[in-house]
Amino acid sequence: MWNMKQLEYGALARRANRIKDELRQGVRKPYKEVIDVFQGDLHGAGMKPLTFVRQVLAACVYPPLINSNNLPLDVRQRAQEELGRCVGGSVGSYSAAAGIPEIVHSISEFIKRRDGGIPSHPENIYISPGSQWSISNILNVLVNREASPRTGVLIPVPFYNKTVLSITQLGAVTVPYYLSEEQGWALQVDELQRALESAKGVCNPVALYVINPGNPAGYVQSQKSVQEVIRFAWEKRLFLLVDELYQDCVYGENCEFVSYKRTLSEMGPPFSGTVELASFHSVSKGFLGECGLRAGYVELVNLDPAVMKHIHTLSSKDSCTPILGQIALDLMTDPPKPGDPSYPLYKQEIEHIRAVLVHNVKRVHEVINSLPGFSCPPLEGGLFAFPRLNLTPKAIQKAKELGLQPDTFYCTRLLEEGGVFTGPGWEYGQKEGTYHIRFCIAAPQDVMEELLRRLSSFHMTFMKDFS
Amino acid sequence: MSQQAVNGISHRGRVLTLDSMNPNVKRVEYAVRGPIVQRAVQIEKELKEGVKKPFTEVIKANIGDAHAMGQKPITFFRQVLALCSYPALLEDSKFPEDVKKRAQRILEACGGHSIGAYSTSQGIECIRQDVARYIEKRDGGIPSNPDNIYLSTGASDAIVTILKLLVCGEGRDRTGVMISIPQYPLYSAALADLGAVQINYYLDEDNCWSLNIAELRRALNAAREHCNPRVLCIINPGNPTGQVQSRQCIEDVIRFAKEEHLFLMADEVYQDNVYAEGCQFHSFKKVLFEMGPEYSNTVEMASFHSTSKCYMGECGFRGGYMEVINLDPEVKAQLIKLVSVRLCPPVPGQALLDLVVNPPQPDEPSYATFMTERTAVLSTLAEKARLTEQIFNTVPGITCNPVQGAMYTFPCITLPQKAIDKAKELGLVPDMFYCMRLLEEDGICLVPGSGFGQREGTYHFRMTILPPTDKLKVVLQKIREFHLRFTQEFS
Repeated sequence: MWNMKQLEYGALARRANRIKDELRQGVRKPYKEVIDVFQGDLHGAGMKPLTFVRQVLAACVYPPLINSNNLPLDVRQRAQEELGRCVGGSVGSYSAAAGIPEIVHSISEFIKRRDGGIPSHPENIYISPGSQWSISNILNVLVNREASPRTGVLIPVPFYNKTVLSITQLGAVTVPYYLSEEQGWALQVDELQRALESAKGVCNPVALYVINPGNPAGYVQSQKSVQEVIRFAWEKRLFLLVDELYQDCVYGENCEFVSYKRTLSEMGPPFSGTVELASFHSVSKGFLGECGLRAGYVELVNLDPAVMKHIHTLSSKDSCTPILGQIALDLMTDPPKPGDPSYPLYKQEIEHIRAVLVHNVKRVHEVINSLPGFSCPPLEGGLFAFPRLNLTPKAIQKAKELGLQPDTFYCTRLLEEGGVFTGPGWEYGQKEGTYHIRFCIAAPQDVMEELLRRLSSFHMTFMKDFS
Repeated sequence: MSQQAVNGISHRGRVLTLDSMNPNVKRVEYAVRGPIVQRAVQIEKELKEGVKKPFTEVIKANIGDAHAMGQKPITFFRQVLALCSYPALLEDSKFPEDVKKRAQRILEACGGHSIGAYSTSQGIECIRQDVARYIEKRDGGIPSNPDNIYLSTGASDAIVTILKLLVCGEGRDRTGVMISIPQYPLYSAALADLGAVQINYYLDEDNCWSLNIAELRRALNAAREHCNPRVLCIINPGNPTGQVQSRQCIEDVIRFAKEEHLFLMADEVYQDNVYAEGCQFHSFKKVLFEMGPEYSNTVEMASFHSTSKCYMGECGFRGGYMEVINLDPEVKAQLIKLVSVRLCPPVPGQALLDLVVNPPQPDEPSYATFMTERTAVLSTLAEKARLTEQIFNTVPGITCNPVQGAMYTFPCITLPQKAIDKAKELGLVPDMFYCMRLLEEDGICLVPGSGFGQREGTYHFRMTILPPTDKLKVVLQKIREFHLRFTQEFS
């Protein structure tokens, strides 16, 4: 049956689209355009794609460009290489279900380099149309719909709502564990334990889902924290599902991304040979920001070979990941190197993106914390801010009158009056009685400044209205 | 107490085992990329390593992949997509004006003017509008509402999404889905994965694989004993069978669906692939509306199309859409939620779809080349369809129905009893045994009929008609020789 929460789903997005349409038609508003930072969509917010990536893709799509002197030599050579791996030399053919073998190999080499030489086996890697697709597939294998008690998956609060939808649509039960807001959203093993206990008699937890770096909360787990989680998963017999999409987005001082795969391997036996792990990555975030191309991969570690066979068959019925997305994955995992003609521009663009993110992170933290009733810890990583709103009882009351969650009410007003499209905290989960908003911090600096200006102005008015 | 090691020696069993995993996933099979293809890939590796074989290459006539077999992409499409990928090319004078205009229009509809931005889950609005206009034009003016169009990651994605919406219930109430035998094994795979009940209705091989309402009724009534039949799937033009349903047949099916309260799923991805004289593609939507409001206001339906087949053959772009008719608004809300889980369909695929439904017009610079290329592809396919039917029918022991449309032939092969016995000895289904032998001896990869379903005691294989004409002639010749050899060996 439909309840109010479910009806709200998508309502804010529809309203944002309607406002964008109205603006296009010339309707007057207090702003000229909507600043859409609702999703982790870099290009949508105005960040530019990497030139090298787009040049190679264009040449792959229209091979006569390979003979064009307008494109750098390494671009043309790379496009030729990529096309050579496509069946019939065309990006219009299907590939093998798990992905173009050379690209899968490239990914395994990337993982090995990233993880200090720890080997990665191509047979354990599956490319898919975006990470959510992979996550759904692995969940589909894990969740036994007919099981009684039902399959449970531990999820962090706040969580990424798409994955949670996948879990519930498969007929599994989510078991929330709360990240500690007071400790910069740290993951605490005690809390994992509490969550597991709470599942007794309710469901059968089989998996532990972790996001590192976090979404929406901007934490980066320390190696010690990763080890604790792995140990917990080993002790309690849980399958580890790790979303590592934001591994290139690390800003905090003394913060470093260490992959679960690497940590698991370095922990040695008995963990390294037994803990079942699925790690996810994609071209959507990081420096590429190619959300629209839909390509990601999963690396599976310590899975039962008999189960792997079925995973293979399952992926084959989905035919294959879009070839352009696969090529983007290859370019991400095997980018231009020093000495390549495209390298200077590539490096410049990467550094620019990084500088923008670091700057934005600092500004967001400064501005939010300077506003009354608004606070957020330093963003260590990821692409979102998830600041806390201290709403007055009056505001909360008004929201209830309108049949809205308090933070949805705030976000709706912010959209209508300020032209900034953000996500209400309740959609991502939060401790009862707390309110948040989520917005993407990957936008050009001038857009971010405008966002913060509008947000500050709106927030002050809102707090005053409901004081 | 869990299986904790006290001394650090692990006896921790795996969480995910054959016993604990989703039992439905274990039932999933997909013959088109199944064991015979895996063997073909292995043989290709061996050839690369220099192993001597009676052939120098493996011809993969198992999968409906036109570009893989050398078909060229449509120039206009690739030019626009290249400009969308790297907009700096908009300054390049080598690209025609209409190409630039299209690219600009698409980019303007994308977030941040980039094909790398997410679109809405339902797909870019102006593209859905173009799709609706295409459908209206195709169907003689019958209105199509862009809100009922959902872009998808190939047609397969949309098909699975609709099935997810429709499949429910437990035990005797579990949703039953009627599918044609033979069928495209995505359907059986999806049904196994979803734990739905598969209801087989047999196409009539003796009548050019036509659909028989009496057979539909038989299958439905038998199924009512053990499940709740709610869905009827049709593939038209057919895969693997290649038949193009007559208008009368489509009307009969719609009438049947209304009488029996079934949701119609019309897989129409081969709608431009019609070759036989006297055959014409009639969309289910068009026929439904021409039958009047009694039907068009009530029958619930989803039609599917894609950029992978027809004359485009752009499988690797994963472009597609479905149009839903008469869907309950609450169900539509669920549908939006379902498609949002995977964020959005690939934007390059959406862009390509836009070009397919909105091709160059007669007054535009790219028109002439576009028409030449399109006509060449379709006429070559038509020629190969005729050639295939003709040659197979000269082989004693092979009977081939006319390939009226789509991209495949599904001939019936007569196997000597000794061959059937040998197959059973080896633990193989007889047509798998046949196809494996063909692969090993001639390097030709087909898919055994058992992967698609067939009447008990009959055997078939599916071959694509996609290899270039000269190669196809060689393939047909080799299969003929193989068949005669095989029959001789087991006589």
